[in-house]
Amino acid sequence: MSEPILQLRAVSKSFGAVRVLHDVDFTVRAGEVTALVGDNGAGKSTLVKCVAGIHPIDGGDILFEGNPVTVHSPADAAALGIEVVYQDLALADNLDIVQNMFLGRERGRSWLLDESDMEQAARRTLASLSVRTVTSVRMPVASLSGGQRQTVAIAKAVLWDSKVVLLDEPTAALGVAQTRQVLDLVRRLAEQGLGVVLISHNMADVFEVADRIATLYLGRMVAEVPTKDVTHGQVVELITAGRSGDLGLARPEAAGVTQ
Amino acid sequence: MTGNSGDDTPVDVTKGAPQAETGATVATSTEHPPGAAERAAPGSRQGDFGIDTTARTTGQALRDYGTRLRSGELGSLPALLGLLALFILFTVLDKGGVFPSLLNLANLLQQGAGRTIIAMGLVFVLLTGEIDLAAGTASGLAAALMALHLVSGGNMLGAMGTTVFILFVVVMLLAAALAAFLRIWWAVALSVVAALLLVVGFPQNAWLEMLLAISVGVVIGVLTGFLVAKVGMPSFVVTLALFITWQGVILQLIGDGGTLGLRDPVINAVANGNLSTLGSWLLFVVGAGGYALVLLNRQRTRLAKGLVAQPTGLVLLKIGAVVVLGAVATYLLTQDRSPGLIEISGVPYVVPIVLVLLVVGTYVLDRTRFGRHVYAVGGNREAARRAGIDVVRIRASVFVISSAFAAIGAIVYSSKVGSVSPAAGGGNTLLFAVGAAVIGGTSLFGGRGRVSNAVIGGAVLATVENGLGLLKQPAAVVFVITGLVLLVAAGVDVLSRRRSATAGR
Ligand SMILES: Nc1ncnc2c1ncn2[C@@H]1O[C@H](COP(=O)(O)OP(=O)(O)OP(=O)(O)O)[C@@H](O)[C@H]1O
Ligand SMILES: [Mg+2]
Repeated sequence: MSEPILQLRAVSKSFGAVRVLHDVDFTVRAGEVTALVGDNGAGKSTLVKCVAGIHPIDGGDILFEGNPVTVHSPADAAALGIEVVYQDLALADNLDIVQNMFLGRERGRSWLLDESDMEQAARRTLASLSVRTVTSVRMPVASLSGGQRQTVAIAKAVLWDSKVVLLDEPTAALGVAQTRQVLDLVRRLAEQGLGVVLISHNMADVFEVADRIATLYLGRMVAEVPTKDVTHGQVVELITAGRSGDLGLARPEAAGVTQ
Repeated sequence: MTGNSGDDTPVDVTKGAPQAETGATVATSTEHPPGAAERAAPGSRQGDFGIDTTARTTGQALRDYGTRLRSGELGSLPALLGLLALFILFTVLDKGGVFPSLLNLANLLQQGAGRTIIAMGLVFVLLTGEIDLAAGTASGLAAALMALHLVSGGNMLGAMGTTVFILFVVVMLLAAALAAFLRIWWAVALSVVAALLLVVGFPQNAWLEMLLAISVGVVIGVLTGFLVAKVGMPSFVVTLALFITWQGVILQLIGDGGTLGLRDPVINAVANGNLSTLGSWLLFVVGAGGYALVLLNRQRTRLAKGLVAQPTGLVLLKIGAVVVLGAVATYLLTQDRSPGLIEISGVPYVVPIVLVLLVVGTYVLDRTRFGRHVYAVGGNREAARRAGIDVVRIRASVFVISSAFAAIGAIVYSSKVGSVSPAAGGGNTLLFAVGAAVIGGTSLFGGRGRVSNAVIGGAVLATVENGLGLLKQPAAVVFVITGLVLLVAAGVDVLSRRRSATAGR
């Protein structure tokens, strides 16, 4: 079960004069959890947004199930079966939980939405995430706690029959028990054969659930290694210095990396 | 200040043992494949949403409503209370007893209807967090074209002059092209209709003239929407510029100091005519009956599917209130209210006009995909974009809707006045409309509001104007009081926002 389902080849991305991603190679395998780590500003969220069709890429290729694809819009990504939990959650505060979860993909006819169907499906998904403190799925998102909002954002991404799920710091606002739920979910999604990407700054979480760890350092992919082959210390070194022993950037290059 | 009880509890204090994976598969009743999470946790239970699965009693529902009010979700309540207070106030103050007379109340409906309809369209724009300052003069322009056609007996080319005529046709075709580019097909159709009506030169006909007015509104809306949504100019600037532009165009069409009289029985009847007694009662049966059917049907389906529904008692209470109020109003309005010999009775035509627009507007916003996306764009534009919503199309569409409503409002207020002057739709027409929407509870920050807000707010402002007029107050006082009412309403909006911000997370 380690077919590459999503591959990035030499993807680069600049915002104006600032080059944020330098020829990044990245592979997501079906049935595996790939952790994407890196310091603040390393380009993790940018990478995710490029895959999600929010930012157009400047160069390189995106391959999905082996075929080159162009992802011009979020709808393209969703059509491929790529779901994203954004770091900023991307929820509309004025809409309720159900409306947010189905936003852009409402069920029913254009002229008459099927509210009860959506409500039932939303409840099933939230229940599978063991959300217990949300009293009603018809509550506006504005009245939820930070962690509850994050849970809704996750539920929104795992509501679909998707193939790849990218989670950008999904547990940042969550308490102990809910973090546990999300980590379990991440594992279970992978066991279901999905390709899962987990972005996290928490090394303990990464080592617990990830099969492979990919490290971004100043917009460069410096290492993509199986979790069992590296130690905490090595990963931290990769994140902070871009290099650890013979992993990561080669020595002479390292001096020139500072943009 | 805490919000709904229990909402503030952080998620992490749940008794969050991983749920027992019993292996039983969730019966998915729909044709949709189960989502990733569902497949990943097949044994999870649904019974985790306290009130979601158990029906509430009427008492609990009322208490919940109280909690929502305290946490700042006031909706239309302040405006409704204000309306009630104003009625009592003017009834007491007006010693002559004219204010509460049926003649005056019917008149009040007819006076307020035009600008209320403009406000109803504006709600769509306000929901996306934008503003349409040009809705007033756009309505005036639509009215001017309608009147010009009527007065010139259909000879628009002669009435406008060749240059202006050609410019109009070109702009209408341009709007059709822009609407096609934005993929707003109904606007394409109506823009083409506008151009056709000008070019074909049909003889004087009230219905076609009203259609011309509405399609001119659509043309204007397409231009505004394109500049705001596609070009990306701030709506405030675009519509401020267009506000002035349309005023100039109206002046060009009518001429300084001129007026165009609307001497046509059909157009005159729009704001001055009444339904027959039979028609009035039919309207009541269709209106109240339809309301009851919709509510009861929703109740039935939700209960049948095991979803939370409103308590049945509360639903019956609502239906009862609408039926009784509707019956009383219909009964009163079908009495002869004329002070003179010629009988005046029946529900004014403006009532069904406003009701139909209200029902259609509410349906579109509440039940359709488009409406959902309007709210989403107003709530979080970036989230809407990431959800795959065509944000440009939504933002442009609301301006088309706003201008089309403005044109309908123009037909009504021009009919009431009986003529169209260069000042039509200028002055405080627009500000009244914005004020009506805001007083009714629509937020200027976007994302919150309903079409009914505009109706309630429009009623408040029309009552203030009418009541103060009867008390022989000079225009100065009317303006000051209207302004203060608006200020209070905007204040309530800000306070309730702050309240829900602190009561929230
Ligand atoms: N829309 C944008 N316009 C310009 N620069 C941007 C934009 N988005 C991100 N950047 C820049 O790109 C770089 C990478 O940002 P990104 O959000 O991808 O970092 P990250 O790895 O997700 O960091 P964090 O761990 O803090 O979330 C940063 O230097 C940021 O300033
Ligand atoms: Mg980030």
